[in-house]
Amino acid sequence: MVEFTLWDILRNLLLATRWTILLSLVSFVGGGLVGLLLLFARIGKRRFARMLAVGYIELFQGTPLLMQLFLAFFGLGLVGIDVPAWLAAGTALILWTAAFLAEIWRGCVESIARGQWEASASLGMGRLQQMRYVILPQALKIAIPPTVGFSVQVVKGTALTSIIGFVELSKAGSVVTNATFLPFTVYGLVALIYFALCWPLSKSSQILERKLNVAHRDH
Amino acid sequence: MSLIAITEVKKRFGSNEVLKGISIDVQPGEVIAIIGKSGSGKSTLLRCINGLETIDDGSISVAGAQLLPDEIHLKALRLKVGMIFQQFNLFPHLTAGRNVMLSQMVVKKTPKDEAEAVARKMLDRVGLSQKFDAYPEELSGGQQQRVAIARALAMSPMALLCDEITSALDPELVAEVLAVVRELAAEGMTLLMVTHEMKFARDVCSRVVFMHQGRVHEIGRPEDVFAAPKTVELRQFLGLH
Repeated sequence: MVEFTLWDILRNLLLATRWTILLSLVSFVGGGLVGLLLLFARIGKRRFARMLAVGYIELFQGTPLLMQLFLAFFGLGLVGIDVPAWLAAGTALILWTAAFLAEIWRGCVESIARGQWEASASLGMGRLQQMRYVILPQALKIAIPPTVGFSVQVVKGTALTSIIGFVELSKAGSVVTNATFLPFTVYGLVALIYFALCWPLSKSSQILERKLNVAHRDH
Repeated sequence: MSLIAITEVKKRFGSNEVLKGISIDVQPGEVIAIIGKSGSGKSTLLRCINGLETIDDGSISVAGAQLLPDEIHLKALRLKVGMIFQQFNLFPHLTAGRNVMLSQMVVKKTPKDEAEAVARKMLDRVGLSQKFDAYPEELSGGQQQRVAIARALAMSPMALLCDEITSALDPELVAEVLAVVRELAAEGMTLLMVTHEMKFARDVCSRVVFMHQGRVHEIGRPEDVFAAPKTVELRQFLGLH
């Protein structure tokens, strides 16, 4: 029987961690872009777009991410489109992230005082101009801590993609366990690696919150 | 021809009718004080004039620009009439100078240097030329309100709506803001102001409108309205018995 050193295990896990990081980044950036579109639809004047956005957000927030992954992976397969695991994983995570970010950002936009909308409107600005020059710059500042905080959820969310066969950190963990029969060591390391990824994010979210709050108190 | 024509304006919030048919014609250069108890509809009337509230009936026009609910007509109207708010509503993320420049550049597409020159001139006009680079949070309430006035003036409106612009100020800061308004009035700016400053209304305004329960209850020259109120309600409001 082959002997595995701790380094062998760790090396394989770290190689798979690259995919966890990449998938997190793609989900976060893609989700951010889609989320921005959703945000505009959600707070816009058009009733139809608003309802569509609300429906989307409720659907994705109200169903488990796992089901969304299954549907993306197997659903398209049913109609004859062969979806590779990475594509299904990326798509599902982007759509899921978008729903949450849109809702987080909506809260931030709505926390901007009504007087800001009224003052900019009375100066003749159109809705997009108000958003771009007055509302979003202020909302952005408030949005940074919860957005960074949510990125932790995205990183942990990628673990679920192992179930549809995408080889990221969690999947690599089970593969390595099957080869080494050392589940406690392997999953312990997997957990540590997730922690190493997520902890700096939560910490920076806390630091940002404190920093921006201090700035806010001076108003 | 009147600059601002308000004709039979009605406004409801749900089942509560706050404006029950208001008609006022404002001539160019007039300074009009709108007084009345809270809830009499005076702020709502002001907010209707530049389309911050929609109206349910009647019509409003400013220098030929009709109040209609679409963005193009609203913009045309708002370019003719500026508004100053009780809570100043300066943009907190921009300096005083940038506050005054922003709408010129965004709405009128004025080039940056020109907008900056206008901003400096307007801040100078309200006595704040040294505060160009100060953020709103670094300014006193009175200074913030003067920046707000400069910001409205930079769009060169034909009339200004002032919604209780000294009500949020500490007493010692009221005078500096009123001095600016007094100067504007002297220069011939058309002003419609909701105010609780009765002395100011008496000294500066050409007409006083007393609103009561959504109607214009009395209207006239300040010397008549204040010295010889015709109705019980106005007498009560002024504290005369």
